[in-house]
Amino acid sequence: MDIPGIKILRSKEFTDKIIKAIHKTINEIGKPIKFMHVCGTHEHTISKYGLRTLLPKEIEILSGPGCPVCICPAADIDKAVELGRRDDTIITTFGDMIRVPATSISLAELKAKGADIRIVYGPNDAIKIAKENPNKEVIFFAIGFETTVPLIGYELQSGPPSNFSVICAHKLIPAALELLMSQSQLKIDGFISPGHVSTIIGLKPYEIFAQGYKIPNVISGFEPNDVLLSILMLLRQLRDKRFDTINEYSRVVKPEGNIIAQKIIEDVFESVSSPWRGIGRVYDGGLVIKEEHQEFDADKKFDIKIEKSQDIPPGCSCHLIMVGKLYPYECKLFRKECTPINPIGPCMVSMEGTCNIYYKYHSNDNS
Amino acid sequence: MSGKKESSEVIRLAHGAGGVLQEELIKFITKNIPFKNVNNGIGVEELDDGATIPLEDYDKEIVVTGDGHTVYPLFFPGGDLGTLSICGTVNDLIMMGAEPLALTSMMIIEEGFEFKKLEKIVISMNTMAHKANIAIIAGDTKVMPRGTLNEMIIATTGIGIKDKDIKILDNNIRTGDLIILTGSIGDHGTALMASREGLNISTDLISDISLLLEIYDALKLDISNNYIHAMKDPTRGGIAAALNNWAIKSNISIWIDEVKVPLKKPVTAICDMLGLDPYNIASEGRALLAVDPEHSVKILKKIKSTEIGKDAEIIGEVKVQNPQRVFLKTIVGGTRFIDMPLGEPIPRIC
Repeated sequence: MDIPGIKILRSKEFTDKIIKAIHKTINEIGKPIKFMHVCGTHEHTISKYGLRTLLPKEIEILSGPGCPVCICPAADIDKAVELGRRDDTIITTFGDMIRVPATSISLAELKAKGADIRIVYGPNDAIKIAKENPNKEVIFFAIGFETTVPLIGYELQSGPPSNFSVICAHKLIPAALELLMSQSQLKIDGFISPGHVSTIIGLKPYEIFAQGYKIPNVISGFEPNDVLLSILMLLRQLRDKRFDTINEYSRVVKPEGNIIAQKIIEDVFESVSSPWRGIGRVYDGGLVIKEEHQEFDADKKFDIKIEKSQDIPPGCSCHLIMVGKLYPYECKLFRKECTPINPIGPCMVSMEGTCNIYYKYHSNDNS
Repeated sequence: MSGKKESSEVIRLAHGAGGVLQEELIKFITKNIPFKNVNNGIGVEELDDGATIPLEDYDKEIVVTGDGHTVYPLFFPGGDLGTLSICGTVNDLIMMGAEPLALTSMMIIEEGFEFKKLEKIVISMNTMAHKANIAIIAGDTKVMPRGTLNEMIIATTGIGIKDKDIKILDNNIRTGDLIILTGSIGDHGTALMASREGLNISTDLISDISLLLEIYDALKLDISNNYIHAMKDPTRGGIAAALNNWAIKSNISIWIDEVKVPLKKPVTAICDMLGLDPYNIASEGRALLAVDPEHSVKILKKIKSTEIGKDAEIIGEVKVQNPQRVFLKTIVGGTRFIDMPLGEPIPRIC
C-alpha cells in the first residue's frame, strides 16, 4: 500500500541533507528570497510537516491562489443556490463546496431548508443520480483546476441523460500565475508549481515564466522532501542565474502531460477571461462549455441571472491572503469571528484553504 | 454571518465528535445543574472520565462513570456494540485509577430489530464482562417506534472503587512529566471508516477495541504511589483531543515526537488517502499516561510486558512554556501544533 519511494520522501536523514544544502545556497545568494506555491495541497504538506520552521529565515514561502473552492466566485455559488431553490432540481457538487459562504446563503444552508443538495465524489455519481431521477433536473456544480476538468469533459462527450447539466466554474492555473507576476509589489522569485495540475497540462505552459519573466519554476510533488527539494532546485537556479522549468515530480508528471485529457479539455471547453474570487478577472483564466455541448450548460439551459454578488464579506481578508499579500493571522477576523466551524471567508472552509490550514497547524506567535 | 446563527440553533453531528463543539454542548447542558458533586468529590464540573463519591469515615471512594454507546455499523471488524459498551465503561473506570466493580446497562432498541442481532450483541457483552470480572447488576430496556432510532444504542453506568489518596486527574499533570502511549493510534476509527459503504477500501485492519485491565493490573503499585498523574483513553477526537484537554486543564504544554507515535501502516495509508489526521481518530483499546519522569522507564517496561501494551512508547514530555498548547515535532524535524479537533473527521472529496 506504500507510495513508491515513500521512505526517502519522508526520511529525516534526507531532509537534513536538503536543509543543509538550502542553507548553503541561500548564503551564496546572499539576499532574502520569496517563493510562491499555488496549490492547497502544497500548503497542507508545508504546514503539516512544519517545513517553514526548518527553513532559514531568509526564505519566505507564500501561499498563492491554489484552492479551487476558495477562488470560485460567489456569483457561481449564487447560481447554484438559485437553481437549488426550484422544486424540480437536484444540485450535486464536491463536499467542500457546499459550505462556502456566498452572497446570501451557502448550499449547506439551503440544504438545511430542505433543498435537494447532494455531495458526490465525481461527475459520474451525478450522472447516476440523473439516470435514477428522470423527472428531476440534475445539475453538477463543476469547480476545480485542470485536474478535475477532464472528468466532466469525458462525461459530456459520453452523452449524459438530457436532464443533466453543468454549472461550469472551472479555472486555469497558468493564467493566474501570469497575473500574479504582473503584480509588482509581490516580487516573487520563483514558483513551486502544482504537481496535480501539471500531471494533466505537462511542462509547456510554464515556459513563459522562465523565458518571459525570467523566474525559475519547479513542479513539485506533495511529500515533505518533495517540497524541500523543489525549494533547493529553485534556489540553485537563482544562484546560477538559470531560469528553467524543472520537473521534481517526475515519478508522476510527464513532460508532455496527459495528452488524452488535454484533448478532452480542448474538445469540450474553451478558455475565456474569467472572474476569480478575491482576485478579479483573469485573462484566459476560466473555461466555458463549447457550443456543441451547450444543451448541458446550465447557464444556457436555465438562463439564471445573478444581479449582484459579494465575493469578500466586510472585514474579510481572503482576497489578500489568496495572493500572498497577507498571512491568515494578520486578518482581524482570523480565529475570532472566522473559524472552520463558522467560516466567514472562503479560505477558512476547505482543507486546502490557507486560513483553514493555518487555523489547524499555526499559531499567531510561532510564525 | 448566517453560519453562526445556524450553529446556535441546532445540534449538529460535530457536537458529538469530542472536539470544541462537544465542549460547548456539555457546558450548555451542565451549566445550571444545582448540585454538581457529593462530599466534595470530583463532580460534573471537572468534565473528567468519571466522578467520585468519597465515603465518610473510610479511606475509599466510589467512582462512577456514565457512557452512551453508539456505533455504525453495529458489527465492525474486531468487535460490535456489545464489546464496545463493556470496554468503554471498564476503561473509563480504570482511567480514574479505580478498580471496576459493577455496571448497569440500558438498551434502547428500534422496533423491527432482529433478535438474532441482539443475541450476538448480548453474547459479546457477557463474554467481555466475564473477561473483565465485572458484574452487570441492573438495567432497563426501551423499544422505540421504527424510524425514531437507528437500530440500537446502549447506555451504561460504571461503578468502581479506589483509595481516596489516589489522584489520577486531567488537571494533575506537572512540568517534566513524560507521556506514554500504550499502542498504535487510530486503528478503531480507521477500520470503521474503511468498513462503511461507499469508500470501497479493502483492508485487514481491525479495531483495537480491548479492555485496559491488563495494564491496570500491571501498574497497581505505581497508581497507589501516585507515580501516574493522569490517564486517558483517546476515544472520540483521538489523541489530539485527549492531549489538548490535558494541556488546557493542567495549564502546561505537551511536546510530542512524531517518530515515537506508534502508527500502523494501513492506518497511515488510509488516512493519507482520505486526507484524515490519525491524531484525530478514535482508538478503543489504548491509553495515554502522564507519568513521573523518575519512574517512567519502569512504568513503560511494565506496560510493555502486557499483551495489549507491547507496542507502548514514551511519545512526549510536558513543559511549562506556551501553556495550554500541544506541539508536534514532525517526522522530518519541523514543528507544528496539534490542535483540538473541530468535528467529525470527514474524508476529503477533491
